[in-house]
Amino acid sequence: MREINFRQAIGEALDEEMARDPSVFILGEDVGKMGGLMGEIGGLYEKYGVDRVRDTPLSEAAILGAAIGAAITGMRPIARMRFADFLGVAWDEIMNQMTKMKYMFGGKIKMPLTMDALTGAGRRQAAQHSQSIEGMLMSIPGLKIVLPSNAYDAKGLLKTAIRDDNPVIFLEHKMLMWAGPKSQVPEEEYLIPFGQANIVREGGDVTVVATAYMVTRALNAAEKLEKEKGISLEIIDPRTIVPFDKETVLNSVKKTGRIVIFTEECQTGSFAAQVAAIVADEAFDYLDAPVKRVNAPDTPVPYGVVLEDFWMPNEEKLIKAVEEIV
Amino acid sequence: MAIEKEKLKELYRTMVRIRRFEERVAREFAEGNIPGSVHLYIGEEAVATGAIAHLRKDDYIMSTHRGHGHLIAKGGDPRLMMAELFAKKTGYCLGKGGSMHIASLDIGMLGAAGIVGSGIPIATGAGLSAKLRGTDQVTICFFGDGAANIGRFHEGINLASVWCLPVVFVCENNLWAVSVPTSCSLSVPNVADRAAGYGIPGVVVDGMDVMAVYEAAGEAVARARRGEGPTLIEAKTYRFRGHFEGDAGTYRPKEEVEEWLKRDPVNNFKEKLIKMKVLTEKEAEEIDQAAREEMDEAVKFALESPFPEPEEALKNVYS
Ligand SMILES: Cc1ncc(C[n+]2csc(CCOP(=O)(O)OP(=O)(O)O)c2C)c(N)n1
Repeated sequence: MREINFRQAIGEALDEEMARDPSVFILGEDVGKMGGLMGEIGGLYEKYGVDRVRDTPLSEAAILGAAIGAAITGMRPIARMRFADFLGVAWDEIMNQMTKMKYMFGGKIKMPLTMDALTGAGRRQAAQHSQSIEGMLMSIPGLKIVLPSNAYDAKGLLKTAIRDDNPVIFLEHKMLMWAGPKSQVPEEEYLIPFGQANIVREGGDVTVVATAYMVTRALNAAEKLEKEKGISLEIIDPRTIVPFDKETVLNSVKKTGRIVIFTEECQTGSFAAQVAAIVADEAFDYLDAPVKRVNAPDTPVPYGVVLEDFWMPNEEKLIKAVEEIV
Repeated sequence: MAIEKEKLKELYRTMVRIRRFEERVAREFAEGNIPGSVHLYIGEEAVATGAIAHLRKDDYIMSTHRGHGHLIAKGGDPRLMMAELFAKKTGYCLGKGGSMHIASLDIGMLGAAGIVGSGIPIATGAGLSAKLRGTDQVTICFFGDGAANIGRFHEGINLASVWCLPVVFVCENNLWAVSVPTSCSLSVPNVADRAAGYGIPGVVVDGMDVMAVYEAAGEAVARARRGEGPTLIEAKTYRFRGHFEGDAGTYRPKEEVEEWLKRDPVNNFKEKLIKMKVLTEKEAEEIDQAAREEMDEAVKFALESPFPEPEEALKNVYS
């Protein structure tokens, strides 16, 4: 099977969906000639033309507002928002419009709208280009949230996102976009359904729920723990955090009796907090140790190697948490 | 307006210092001494220089992601800037902000932001504050042509106009917002044309000519100081390098780039000053040499400075 990287996965998913469905179109900054910030959608502008790959002025609120207007009138827009941090500029469109219209209008409309945005730290981009805001996003009912951890999943999930009739945000971790490893990806079309977690690694001692780039780090930690301490981690990647496949996580906890939730967000108000609450609520009788969370501190993301490395959750922090509960 | 000889020399010196600083940043970035990303001001030096020359130390500026030039023109210390870029403890922001986020309140630098356009209403707020406090401080707000298309442009300038605040809005129109040209983002020829919608003066100026910028900004700053409200100045300029270091900028037509490179604001000003007999070749050489040494010193300072303690990451979240 051929191997492709995360960026190519994004480009292929967009290309295939645009070829399949003429109502799919892309709008955003630098999506045209430049082909995206990293050239990840290079060639689409040349292939589909300026009508379907639309460079916009620097106007996030108008990008999302226009995407909403197009979505409720028969199109399937993909709004490329670049950095998740920039969603702040169009927060009303997210929090009050796209996620509320179907409900307040008594179910009368569909909102087939996909946003994608870079998430996460690790590239020394400081406080306004590095945030993981899934906690904020998941507190808005009506929004689906995809957090892929590898190229294979990214492709299948993005295609599902585009076909979904709800607003979906697809978050691409920078460390995966820039330098993520390649995945084996079939030539043939495939889709990955939302709400189906992936057991990335089977193990018996501790369940680790990890998202996005933290899956890579969890795998490193698992190898080390297995080799050096004989501790076996079961790593679960939920892939979509809304909808969330809690069954897979609960079943794993029933087996291991221990869980660490390992995500890059600030801990307060996080997805990790939500998972911890679900496990405490629904698997309490199976737990042999406290539910642990390894996340980022409740601070903005600092600049520079020393501070950012200190800030980010990593293998050592995960190993320490695991050792506390086994 | 006749500009005094000494002032002209001063303008030239500031432009050269900005140019040398930025060239040094490019080199240090390429060598891996600066993490993250940097957006250089090379080609646009005349704008910050000409505008900020009218400000006092207690006046304010609001900067952008392309902000090194603004800070130098406002009296920033290249050593502390370089240290910040190197993520060192001795930097302007303890190494926590980096290139896109330098602030220095003691010299009126209110900060720079990575969220394009976010500075516009904040500058309006600084203007409001000056008015409420009864001072005659003026705020200059810099932003790009890209930022002119953010909703905050309208909200911020409208509010400053309605409340008649002492703010000068300076749009640095370098014709491109990364790969999107103004021909695809503006429905009028000039950003300054929009001033009509707020009932304030809108002025288009050659941003490659520091004397032209100086003149236009002089009027706008004086007007603001007199309490007559904001002005929108649009300086037509060009970034000589990629959007950020590492961007090849292949989306721009080669002929366009070449045309603009001929209009180098620093070199052309030097030639003009020599022709005007304000400056001799020798003096120009001395200014240049001094700037180079200053930037060498800045790099040395940054290199020799310590990194912050890792726990610094946890501080300064709340007052
Ligand atoms: C709200 C927001 N949208 C998008 C970006 C990404 N971005 C950074 S700089 C830039 C272009 C800015 O253009 P302009 O305002 O003209 O300034 P220039 O870079 O040309 O100096 C873009 C799109 C951002 N940082 N913030």
